[in-house]
Amino acid sequence: MWLNSNTVQFFVRRHTVFAVALFGLCLLTRWVAAVDTVNDFGIPQVAEINRQIRGVWQEYEMSASPPATEGEWCRRVHLDLIGRIPTVHELDAYLNAPVKTKRADLVKKLLYDDSYVAEYARHWTTNWTNLLIGRSGGTANGSVIDRAGLQKYLRDSFAQDKPYDRFVYELISADGSNTPGAAGFNGAVNFLIGKLDENAAQATADTSRIFLGMQVQCTQCHNHPFNNWKQAKFWEMNAFFRQTVVARQFETGTRMVRVAELTNQDFAGEGGQPLEAEIYYELRNGLLKVAYPVFVDGTEVGRSGFVSDVNRREELADLVVGSPYMSEAAVNRMWAHFLGYGFTKPVDDMRPDNIPSHPELLDYLARELASHRFELKQLMQWIALSEPYSLSSRMTRSNVSDDPQMGNAPRFSHFYLRQMQAEQLYESLITATQAHKTRSSYEQQETDKNVWLQQFVSAFGTDEGGESTTFNGSIQQALMLFNGDLIKRATSLDQGGFLHTIASGNLSNVRKINYLYMAGLARRPTQQEKFAANQLLLARQGDVTAALQDIWWAILNSNEFILNH
Amino acid sequence: MNSSSITDGLNTEYCVRRMEQPKTESQTSRKDGTMSQRIPDGMTRRHFMRHMAGASAWTIPALTLGRSLQLHAADLRQRHKSAILLWMSGGPSTIDIWDLKPGATTGGPFRPMSTSGDVQICEHMPQMAELMHHMTIVRSMSTSEADHGRGRYYMHTGYKPNPNIEHPSYGSVLSHELREGREELEIPPFVSVGGGSVGPGFLGMAWSPFTVTSGGRIRNLEMGIKDNRLADRMNMLYLIENNFDRQKRGSASQEHFKILEKTERLMTSPQMEAFKVRQEPQQVQDRYGASGFGRGCLLARRLVEAGVPFVEVDFGGWDNHSGIFPALETKLATLDQGMSALISDLEQRGLLGDTAIIWMGEFGRTPRINGNAGRDHWARSWSVAVGGGDLQRGIAIGETNQDGTRVESEPYTSQDLMASICKALGISLETTFTSNEGRPMKIANSGKVITELFG
Repeated sequence: MWLNSNTVQFFVRRHTVFAVALFGLCLLTRWVAAVDTVNDFGIPQVAEINRQIRGVWQEYEMSASPPATEGEWCRRVHLDLIGRIPTVHELDAYLNAPVKTKRADLVKKLLYDDSYVAEYARHWTTNWTNLLIGRSGGTANGSVIDRAGLQKYLRDSFAQDKPYDRFVYELISADGSNTPGAAGFNGAVNFLIGKLDENAAQATADTSRIFLGMQVQCTQCHNHPFNNWKQAKFWEMNAFFRQTVVARQFETGTRMVRVAELTNQDFAGEGGQPLEAEIYYELRNGLLKVAYPVFVDGTEVGRSGFVSDVNRREELADLVVGSPYMSEAAVNRMWAHFLGYGFTKPVDDMRPDNIPSHPELLDYLARELASHRFELKQLMQWIALSEPYSLSSRMTRSNVSDDPQMGNAPRFSHFYLRQMQAEQLYESLITATQAHKTRSSYEQQETDKNVWLQQFVSAFGTDEGGESTTFNGSIQQALMLFNGDLIKRATSLDQGGFLHTIASGNLSNVRKINYLYMAGLARRPTQQEKFAANQLLLARQGDVTAALQDIWWAILNSNEFILNH
Repeated sequence: MNSSSITDGLNTEYCVRRMEQPKTESQTSRKDGTMSQRIPDGMTRRHFMRHMAGASAWTIPALTLGRSLQLHAADLRQRHKSAILLWMSGGPSTIDIWDLKPGATTGGPFRPMSTSGDVQICEHMPQMAELMHHMTIVRSMSTSEADHGRGRYYMHTGYKPNPNIEHPSYGSVLSHELREGREELEIPPFVSVGGGSVGPGFLGMAWSPFTVTSGGRIRNLEMGIKDNRLADRMNMLYLIENNFDRQKRGSASQEHFKILEKTERLMTSPQMEAFKVRQEPQQVQDRYGASGFGRGCLLARRLVEAGVPFVEVDFGGWDNHSGIFPALETKLATLDQGMSALISDLEQRGLLGDTAIIWMGEFGRTPRINGNAGRDHWARSWSVAVGGGDLQRGIAIGETNQDGTRVESEPYTSQDLMASICKALGISLETTFTSNEGRPMKIANSGKVITELFG
């Protein structure tokens, strides 16, 4: 629980003037010097993030870690915006760019330059696929979900910078066929198409959680234990999905779904009165209650079950898009994407009694997002150029207590270490070994990646499609990085491959080793590492290629490689 | 070669490593003299020695093999307590399996059957019926988590989900508490077969479930590269790790170090033979059944024999919201075969007295049969089955009312069950962990022992 955030809010709101005065008084800290030099790139939203985040440091008497190195920053911004580490070429270009605005230039380039559109879209498609249907959604035989169909929709949406409100509207209200190439194809239907069993309980829960940051699933069966959410809340939300049906066409003589279509049909209501199409739910004491479609803020829509009178999902999509919850949930998730933690924990549980760590900043960014036509790239840019995103992950004595893993509210006074996502690791390995230059078709790449990913995912086989991943720093993951196919390929000595090219090039041995360090870790080797690398060369009896292979293997297995730091 | 000084320190290396920071450049040379190397800064001499030892071809595995063969295999078995959790993912209908209500409107079509114990169970479990003198049914489980994710977490940890803290699951807690005397064990102490289980929470990744398929297949176990390359590579890797770790970036990087060491050991361990279920005689495999669950049970037996303290076997597909009875007939046949083979094997091999068996899912299912001839989620009154260890055998504890909708006797919770299993394995209930937040947390969330489970 963020127990102290009330105080913060109070402080920030009522004592801004006082806070500014305090600034002047804190002469003893280097922190003031940092304030003077921190760059907001002339972007008011960046300046506001910096101001509010610093206000909290001051409140808790902690100072920020020093800035990350240029190499580290360049690496993290590539990972977070386009889902992979930078190539040596990209890194060199950035490190050698003299201009003061080079950070802003790099962020702009990754977001807007044509040469990055495909990678940007791939990365955000991956994130949203996992969010909308999980890592195993659509991978089982006979599944009604077409994973590739959803990904096509997402890729198009991100490549053409679809505003977030439009995107959400389309996902909630979608109808059409799930499979690319089928008549009436609309890939967006794959979000809901697998969630309609058991009276669309999962569609209800996921729509609320993902787009509104509200976890209503517990109120399916009882009132919420910690706040005033009633059981009615779930069922009133649920009523919006009751016109929704799935029509399946099977491959002849099998249970394999060839194509499935998500449509709306007239709903007679459980009471059999289509003009008052109601649903029933059972209280814990066994009493039956009735529910009609009512949005979480209390807005009612028409009760008719006829689609021509009221298209319930379209009504819902309108209400979601028009509500402040949507922007707040989007900001919270985006912040967590870049900074490792959101303003609430969990990031998609923004119920009233789960008080955010930085309520005013959350509110501010949500309003800014809305007033910038819900352009996600604006939001990404503000966060990526902010001071908290630029800090080192090395903790100082002053901020060692800022550790959300210990249950504290995050203060963002240093960068929080985190594992790359499995997909980021995959793409990074491919980038680091320059395998991207000879890649197969997009579809084939995605299939290969998905096959690789499945080794970490186990599905629970329940009606909610829960899953767990062992891509979490476990022994399994270590084994994959020690010995897996991907690593074997990344460290292969094949003619024309990455290592072969470096080994047979005319760089000196020292520079070959430097190159490997830059490619994997965005830094040069330390003296010790150089020494050890030389020892390895000796041990391999002058076989440079083999020694480079061993060094490269060690680099790819290191924390420093697999963590976003 | 002097082996003992190298291998003895295995477990403590990573703790020591950070405290001793040799400043001098000590030289040590390998037997064949091809490589001399400075001890990297931040690595202890001992730690370094270990890698140097590993550097000479297959020294370490050979030593370990020798030692573990000498090592009182029989002793391991007798001394060591273990537990096997048969996890029925999806929420099994215990009213149709362990606590039948013939004649009640909620009762369903299955008939009760007498058994070798003082209990009746479902007619579709004939082989288990002959072994019920080894098992006990707790019919008065009453919990409040009827959502899969929450129920799964609660039944695995004894705690309700809380966004601010991750609690360790059964497997992590028990394997942690039963770690003593297993210094030679190179297989991870918590193996999850065919499923994902729940993680180690604040106990750390070293106690996380090692998941394998029911056939015992472990991906990526072989490096496929000859000679001393693994050891040389590890040296280089530990150097990079040390550099990074010394820069105060938090616990994630330290955890990784332990995992690397365990992984290296695992790759070179002959104990991994235990995973090769297919090496069992065909007739034994047949007894367990050709199902994934059957093979998982057989693997569990092999792992317990090898000294693994905790094995979880996942058996999914119990989420029968519709058409439950035909579905159950099929599932119960599979369950009956695998579970009965496991229990009779453990008994015959003299392992049952030291091995606690827990059969459970995240909750039970509604006594009321719904409109789709299914049963929905129900946590208020349901059953689990336990056996082995020091637990009472052959009885049923607690009772539900005539239609199974209410517990009539003292209700028991996940914590109570966990506390009882701890007691059955000789683990003190005064054991207290410290969470990440520094909060003391009692084992089994201070659950009360179910007294009837002990004579």
